[in-house]
Amino acid sequence: MSRSSVLRTPLLSLRFQPRAVAVSALCALVAAGLAVALIGSGDFPMSPADVIRTLAGQGTPADSLIVNEIRLPRAATALAVGAALGLAGAVFQSLTRNELGSPDVLGFTSGASTGVLTAIVLFGGGTAAASAGAVAGGVATGALIFLVAGRDGLHGQRLILVGVGFTAILTGVNGYLLTKAEIVDAARAVLWLTGSLDGRDFGDSGPLLIALAVLGPLIMIGCGRAVRMLEMGDDAAHGLGVPIERVRTLLLAAAVLLTAFAAAAAGPVAFVALTAPQVARRLTRAHGPNLLPAACTGAALLVAADWIAQHAFGDRGLPVGVVTGLVGGGYLVWLLVTQRKTGRI
Amino acid sequence: MAASDARLTGAGLTLAYDRRTVASGLDVAIPDGSFTVIVGPNACGKSTLLRALARILKPAAGTIVLDGEPIAGWPAKRLARTLGLLPQSSIAPEGITVADLVARGRYPHQGLLRQWSREDERVVRESMAATGVADLADRTVDELSGGQRQRVWIAMALAQETPILLLDEPTTYLDIAHQMEVLDLCARLHEEGRTIVAVLHDLNHAARYATHMIAMRRGSVVAEGAPGDVVTAGLVERVFGLPCTVIPCPETGSPLVVPSARGRTAVPG
Ligand SMILES: Nc1ncnc2c1ncn2[C@@H]1O[C@H](COP(=O)(O)OP(=O)(O)OP(=O)(O)O)[C@@H](O)[C@H]1O
Ligand SMILES: [Mg+2]
Repeated sequence: MSRSSVLRTPLLSLRFQPRAVAVSALCALVAAGLAVALIGSGDFPMSPADVIRTLAGQGTPADSLIVNEIRLPRAATALAVGAALGLAGAVFQSLTRNELGSPDVLGFTSGASTGVLTAIVLFGGGTAAASAGAVAGGVATGALIFLVAGRDGLHGQRLILVGVGFTAILTGVNGYLLTKAEIVDAARAVLWLTGSLDGRDFGDSGPLLIALAVLGPLIMIGCGRAVRMLEMGDDAAHGLGVPIERVRTLLLAAAVLLTAFAAAAAGPVAFVALTAPQVARRLTRAHGPNLLPAACTGAALLVAADWIAQHAFGDRGLPVGVVTGLVGGGYLVWLLVTQRKTGRI
Repeated sequence: MAASDARLTGAGLTLAYDRRTVASGLDVAIPDGSFTVIVGPNACGKSTLLRALARILKPAAGTIVLDGEPIAGWPAKRLARTLGLLPQSSIAPEGITVADLVARGRYPHQGLLRQWSREDERVVRESMAATGVADLADRTVDELSGGQRQRVWIAMALAQETPILLLDEPTTYLDIAHQMEVLDLCARLHEEGRTIVAVLHDLNHAARYATHMIAMRRGSVVAEGAPGDVVTAGLVERVFGLPCTVIPCPETGSPLVVPSARGRTAVPG
């Protein structure tokens, strides 16, 4: 448990947990550092100093082309996808009061995949269509799940069970669509579904960056304190003056949008939303939703995963989703084992 | 009870969960400045009524009026500064400390730019002192005993500083000394001018502390008024199905319920 500090001026009093702030800053720094290393690596290696100089607009024209036009967009996409998934995961886990309450388990990721497959297989669409399909699929699945779970079911076990059901159905649908596909389309679709940052530019991540810029502050500043209150149960939160239905609907909608735009930018990258909030929580040792730390941890995790994907497996490189799947899945198993030991699952 | 001296009233209330109707045509008025105690058998709808009065449960029919305005239209935070509820059971977030939990009672007084004023700090300290949990401030709530935890939740409700306080079974889990302490605390708050509404199971406690009592059975109000008028052998038999004798308490003179010995019928009181 970490202690909180207070910053007071005559007009203003802010309360924060120094350890959570430190963890956020550290993760953001790690993420930025890895991103610089990632930008500097490749067929045309550059030193971190050169990268930073170029990013600041003082590089040679050649450097500038490579950094600003080719590698920065990919790194920025990685950072944004990681932050969005970390934040969305923290929101879902807090609202469901369950460590497993992440978009992967709740069905939004499968829904985004269905959207992508529909766009590629049924409509023969390109990258832009696949991105649009991911957003549409994620949002539509979100709407359906909320409809089925019902107003009273927007929290806890029920949402998770409904989500698991939808995931199963959508997995079947996705398999069906894949078998229907031409072999070329199928190969493209599978790469999409794994989650990959190859060849991503600002065109792909632009909508996500905008969503993050709008929804991030809305979630963290606008609803941050209310989310903590919701963890005490609806009755207590309501009694303390939290308009629970409004806050919860807003948060879920925002988190679904973030997940969907992240899937549009890089495909449904697995398990970051599940893992990042858990890692953040263990680092901050603070109870509560840990929204900002989760976002920063997510960004660091995804960039780290992309670095591993690009460099740890020889020249060919892997889609980042393979690495996050392996690491995140392993983490999930570890979580289940240790929780079983402490008798919590 | 005339509605004019009640800040909080409910008229023609139908209270229901999904399909189960708990109460219909229920009228209640909480006299202003009273220490009102609600009694009644398990599952008769006491908690449901409190939840409706606190706007947690929306009545299927009827309206609840607070200070002349239907409660449905009150902004959430303003309502939470006027009326506080201690639910019958609550979940403490995992790993939260006592001081942090009590501090959450200040939420309706805070905002984005006013997250933790000196006033908040003072009220939280006083609330913990009043409920005797100041020594526990840095412990986590998970590791407390049931009675300690109950007092922490009461401290949180106190920190909310509302003129009207609804308490659902505040004395459960407490040993007899702490029960008396909590009831004394309620009496003190009442004397300081707050309106207290408490659900209690112990009729003797109710009769001793209440200034106004409401007896419920199967979702309706069976009797209400001063404890001396409500707590009678006939009413206890009617509401709880328990034969008993009611004698004056040797300590305070308030009615004291003595259940009849097994197999005997009550002496009519
Ligand atoms: N969330 C709920 N959903 C459905 N039914 C409920 C719910 N809560 C309570 N009930 C039902 O409403 C009725 C009244 O319950 P309530 O909790 O108001 O009783 P109570 O008088 O407070 O009882 P107790 O003394 O045991 O606390 C009961 O029949 C109960 O089963
Ligand atoms: Mg009850």
